[in-house]
Amino acid sequence: MKQQYVFGLAAFLAIVGLSIFGYKWQVLGFPLSKNQETSVWTVESSISFDSGPGSIKVNLLIPTLTPGFRMLNENSVSRGYGFSLNYGSGGREAQWAIRRADGPQTIYYRISIFEDARTDQSDTTPPFPPPPVINEPFQTAVDVIVADVKEQSADTASFTAELLHQMNDPSPDPNVELLLSNATTRAEFVDSLTTILASARIPARAVHGIELQGRQRNAEPVAWLEVHDGDRWRYFNPMTGEENLPDRFLIWWRGNEPLINVEGGSNVQVGFAVQENHLDAVAIAETHAAQQGASAADFSLYSLPIQTQAVYSVLLMIPIGALVMVVLRNMVGIDAFGTFMPVLIALAFRETKLFWGVVLFSILVALGLSIRFLLERLRLLLVPRLSAVLIVVVILMLLISLMSHRLGMETGLSVALFPMVIIAMTIERMSVVWEERGAMDAMRAGLGSLIVAVAAYVFMVMPWLEHLIFTFPELLLVVLALVVLAGRYTGYRLLELSRFKALAER
Amino acid sequence: MIATAQQLREAGVLGLNERNTDFIMRLNPRRLYPRVDDKVLTKELALDAGMAVPELYGIVSNQGEAGDFGTIVADHDSFVIKPAQGSGGDGILVVTGRSQRKRNAFRLSNGVLISAAEIAHHISNIVGGQYSLSGNRDKALIEYCVRFDPVFAEVSYQGVPDIRVIVYRGYPAMAMVRLPTRASDGKANLHQGAVGAGVDMSSGETLTGVLDNDVVDEHPDTGALVAGLLIPQWDFILQSAARGYEVTDLGYLGVDMVIDRDLGPLILEMNARPGLNIQIANCTGLATRIARIDEIYSPDADPVERAHVARREFPAERQTSIHF
Repeated sequence: MKQQYVFGLAAFLAIVGLSIFGYKWQVLGFPLSKNQETSVWTVESSISFDSGPGSIKVNLLIPTLTPGFRMLNENSVSRGYGFSLNYGSGGREAQWAIRRADGPQTIYYRISIFEDARTDQSDTTPPFPPPPVINEPFQTAVDVIVADVKEQSADTASFTAELLHQMNDPSPDPNVELLLSNATTRAEFVDSLTTILASARIPARAVHGIELQGRQRNAEPVAWLEVHDGDRWRYFNPMTGEENLPDRFLIWWRGNEPLINVEGGSNVQVGFAVQENHLDAVAIAETHAAQQGASAADFSLYSLPIQTQAVYSVLLMIPIGALVMVVLRNMVGIDAFGTFMPVLIALAFRETKLFWGVVLFSILVALGLSIRFLLERLRLLLVPRLSAVLIVVVILMLLISLMSHRLGMETGLSVALFPMVIIAMTIERMSVVWEERGAMDAMRAGLGSLIVAVAAYVFMVMPWLEHLIFTFPELLLVVLALVVLAGRYTGYRLLELSRFKALAER
Repeated sequence: MIATAQQLREAGVLGLNERNTDFIMRLNPRRLYPRVDDKVLTKELALDAGMAVPELYGIVSNQGEAGDFGTIVADHDSFVIKPAQGSGGDGILVVTGRSQRKRNAFRLSNGVLISAAEIAHHISNIVGGQYSLSGNRDKALIEYCVRFDPVFAEVSYQGVPDIRVIVYRGYPAMAMVRLPTRASDGKANLHQGAVGAGVDMSSGETLTGVLDNDVVDEHPDTGALVAGLLIPQWDFILQSAARGYEVTDLGYLGVDMVIDRDLGPLILEMNARPGLNIQIANCTGLATRIARIDEIYSPDADPVERAHVARREFPAERQTSIHF
């Protein structure tokens, strides 16, 4: 019965820990490894115009659905203007309004986005477009082209490809030539393509976006063709007929509506500037989580003051050390002094680094032990004797620091980071074992403590593990589950296999 | 060479983890521990139950009284000083006699002469808690020093050999004789280097011995064969051990007894966490016997009956291969 409770509790803890971890990793995008940097692109759209006499209203289409990108934040720089974000027919719109303005005006809309392959467009399936009303002789030309292309294609994708092929033919068909006579810009070309596709009852629209490449002062929105094949939207390069989107293509707006609409202003100009920054992936995930109102962000350790963070990055590794110790003591069967002494020694190793940690620790304990045996002759009472050992340990640490400093070895200074109470206790415990059970047992337990400490240290300083626990502290629940499970481990310890070998040989 | 877990499982070997979780934690409630961890209390309980224990000469419970131990032992030339809450035999001082010249110099079991001041220091260490399980203040017991029965004289190096019986739910399950060696400094604890010899539960005859996890046939210091010694009053020893269950209520219990040449078997102490080396000494796994006791367990059986059941159920499997 109790066994089931233990398994139930362990499973519960592990599931809770792992689900929070999974949510933060997969949904909120917290990175698994340290120093992951993500490119953050800041795209700034500057709108300049000359103000008219009356009130001014500016409508700018802004990114709505951006496949491949996720928005970090957006803002507007516009002195004196009222600013609002709305949903219009063509997607999201930024709207500025002011009662009166004088002279040339410039307002900015700025959006920061980062690449996130998991952001897919969740666009709706459009209805079949009604056949467009087109004047003659264009109607006939369109009909001919549609009929012709239909002959040479099988489905929506191949129809579009074939259409683009014909429209881009260097020696075009007279019908194509007629249709393209009005299309001077790329946007107009894409516009006439959507008209032809609509005649074939294929939902299509223009997408206008910016190719993000490092730092760009004057980025131009480029038109791309988007065709729905009944299942999903496909992107076509209108000039080559290739089905693709450029790398890092930020879709700014869709449809053939004008990007900007300024009421009460004239001489309107819109420019785009792009700036690439590198931000820590954790920071991005934090901001993103905060946007979604996810409480995970509120409880993140990264929100603590930096100094407190530093303390916790160490403290959070203690459970890992404890887990290592549980394994080594209960499953391997290594003998060690005290319950948590090895973990605390390992903690000290963090500061001194492993080699010097082991050397200094051994020197201190050896010196302390000899002093302890001298004190034994004085027949002091227990507590005064322990205190005397403690004081001697402090003096020894001081001497080691001074000597190593004289010798120009700065590592010796870090001896001061050893928890001296732990060392004093180790010395006392070791000397008692030494007297009672002999030097062998004392050495064995001392060595065992050192082995456990080193093993715990190795795990406690693994940078990826440290990052993982610090970013996902909920994983401590999993560690807890493992420790709880280990608490019900009734199998043999590894060293018992050799201890009881005489019984197995029978 | 190491054994596989599978082999040990088949041999019915009980591991430390299994002992701790399945037996000690389940059968030995923490609140009962003082009954065995405090040797003063153990002695009282055993006396109340009419069992024979070494006579208590006195208790030192304050640092200030440490120097006055001389008055407690004024009438005794030999005595044992031990911490009331010690573990694993730590802190036990066996005084076998006094110096012929000076009455305040004492002869230890290993022959070393020690001054009264040194003994007083040892007592104050005990009282200060150096040997107690929790490190708390403790009491020092001064009691009768057992004059052990000559049956083990050939296979002991100084010190007092004792008999450890594991009692599971009141039934004696396994026993061994612990023989002091030079390495163990006259102490009868296996982890200090004493030899443990398995005992045939049905006859009370010793089997092979174990030293540091290895099977041995001879005592390392005297060279005498460990096996084949008949323990006197075996019936009484098993009954006393079984009675330890009534005294302590501990379901997994180690009872340590000594045989005094004048007083017969005496209960020395009891242990709520008896070690597992007894399995090596007996070349038998404890788990098998525990499973058997669970099968035949009867809540109404009295200690005499349970001792009888143990003698009937657990005869040693003779191993000629190790005897010769």
